[in-house]
Amino acid sequence: MSVGRREPNVIPGFGITLGFTTFFLCAIVLIPLSALVLKAGGMDLSRFIEVITSPRAVASYRLTFGASMLAATVNMVFGFALAWTLVRYEFPGRKFIDAIIDMPFALPTAVSGIALTAVFAANGWIGQYLEPLGIRVAFTWIGITVALTLIGMPFVVRTVQPAIQEVQRDLEDAAETLGAGRFYVFRRIIVPTVLPSLLTGFTLAFARAVGEYGSVVFIAGNMPMKTEITPLLIFIKLEEFDYVGAAALGVVMLMISFAMLLAINLLQVWGRKRMLVSR
Amino acid sequence: MAGPANAAELAAELASRPGHTNLRSTLMRWMLITVSLTFLGALLAAPLAAVFATALSKGWQAYFSAFADPDTQAAIRLTLLTAAVVVPLNTVFGITAAWCIAKFEFRGKSFLITLIDLPLAVSPIVSGLIYVLLFGLNGWFGSWLQEHDITIVYALPGIILATMFVTFPYVARELIPLMQQLGNDEEEAAITLGAGGWFTFFRVTLPRIRWGLVYGVILCNARAMGEFGAVSVVSGNLRGLTTTMPLHIEILYNEYNYVGAFAVASLLSILAVVTLIIKTLVERSGYRRR
Repeated sequence: MSVGRREPNVIPGFGITLGFTTFFLCAIVLIPLSALVLKAGGMDLSRFIEVITSPRAVASYRLTFGASMLAATVNMVFGFALAWTLVRYEFPGRKFIDAIIDMPFALPTAVSGIALTAVFAANGWIGQYLEPLGIRVAFTWIGITVALTLIGMPFVVRTVQPAIQEVQRDLEDAAETLGAGRFYVFRRIIVPTVLPSLLTGFTLAFARAVGEYGSVVFIAGNMPMKTEITPLLIFIKLEEFDYVGAAALGVVMLMISFAMLLAINLLQVWGRKRMLVSR
Repeated sequence: MAGPANAAELAAELASRPGHTNLRSTLMRWMLITVSLTFLGALLAAPLAAVFATALSKGWQAYFSAFADPDTQAAIRLTLLTAAVVVPLNTVFGITAAWCIAKFEFRGKSFLITLIDLPLAVSPIVSGLIYVLLFGLNGWFGSWLQEHDITIVYALPGIILATMFVTFPYVARELIPLMQQLGNDEEEAAITLGAGGWFTFFRVTLPRIRWGLVYGVILCNARAMGEFGAVSVVSGNLRGLTTTMPLHIEILYNEYNYVGAFAVASLLSILAVVTLIIKTLVERSGYRRR
């Protein structure tokens, strides 16, 4: 980094790049998003509240949040195990496994949706073994959770991986030499170091899951009040030309997105502070 | 920054020390590896294998004849066209935004970065909805557009706009931290020695950011070709006209044409695999995400 910030910057193009960036940002992102807020803002407040608290909407929030929360929790457990395995252990195919972690980022959601449905349907590769146990995955909330787990997985692994690399091995060794048990080391050394990134990963996975549509609609069954997620309800309202209702629910989703963004930023600030203190 | 390769070597070295090879840690290690791989296998490997297994379930003949369907071909063309418009535009935007943010100091910079990242936080359905509210018949510009005989929603422009929205930050968020870290010194030297702005960009900046650029572009492309939710809202699903590949998969799937649906899905899966391979190669070349 240059220290000479007081000197006039000789690099050209500030005005034009800032102008172009702002223009593009407004045209593609900000103006369309404000159209949504204004559309919902044009509603009667009582009507707005009526739409967003209708039983069908509330049932969809419960499902969307519940399944997203559960999926993010599953990812926190398995994502940690995966990240730990990838950082700490050497085994054949480790690099390959490490590379395919990002698959859900690259795989179109519609593809993962139909693929998961095929695998978890009652006659699918995995579904056929779960069916006799009384576990129905496809077309139930379990299926929704499975889809949301898949798309959230890389967020947790990729956030936790660098944190596990940061865990000081000598500290662990020292603790064990002094007679600390594995669990004590885990609880007092590993968890505190990894916790901020684990929570960040959880929040990222949760935020992604709440808005997810493509991978869920195929496996969900889409029964109103039962297996209908909020994004799907917005879609249905649009198909019924209920633009105002769609906008109202869209604003709810948007507010949730903003709250999640805020949470992620706060978590990252917190994590950075802890990192500084521990050094 | 310690790369995973170093960490792995370190782990291997530490594991080989006496005291680390006891039974309990070996047991723990194999348990964790098994749990991790089972989780990945059920969630990722099995579905991916199922795509190809179903696509080929009636033989190669049926697989290839799925692509002879004119609607399928139209969907592939539409997807390629959309990506061909969206990816270059968002690449230019990403480079411009990164130049502006990394090379200059100004107020509101971190706010600007937050706004650029915003589309990543928005649900795909909302991403499509906003364009319907803006350009749909009852939208802000709806009646004006109708008077002038312009259709945006339920047509190609709407698909392009929605795709641009969802892939908007991909290149920018890769280049901004990279260019910030590289600093201004080399560009300043070039300019001071009399090089022009464009010359400096192409000969000094571009070679240093090329891997980050490739990284951002391939991820942007993968999302652009695979976007489902946002495009689904603005497309209107006019078969053979406004259906991209992911939308066409949905249509075929709902018609119980599984070979057709999974055949198209297999193409998109191959795209995802190729994307991951390029991404891994870029990372091997020394590029690290920031």
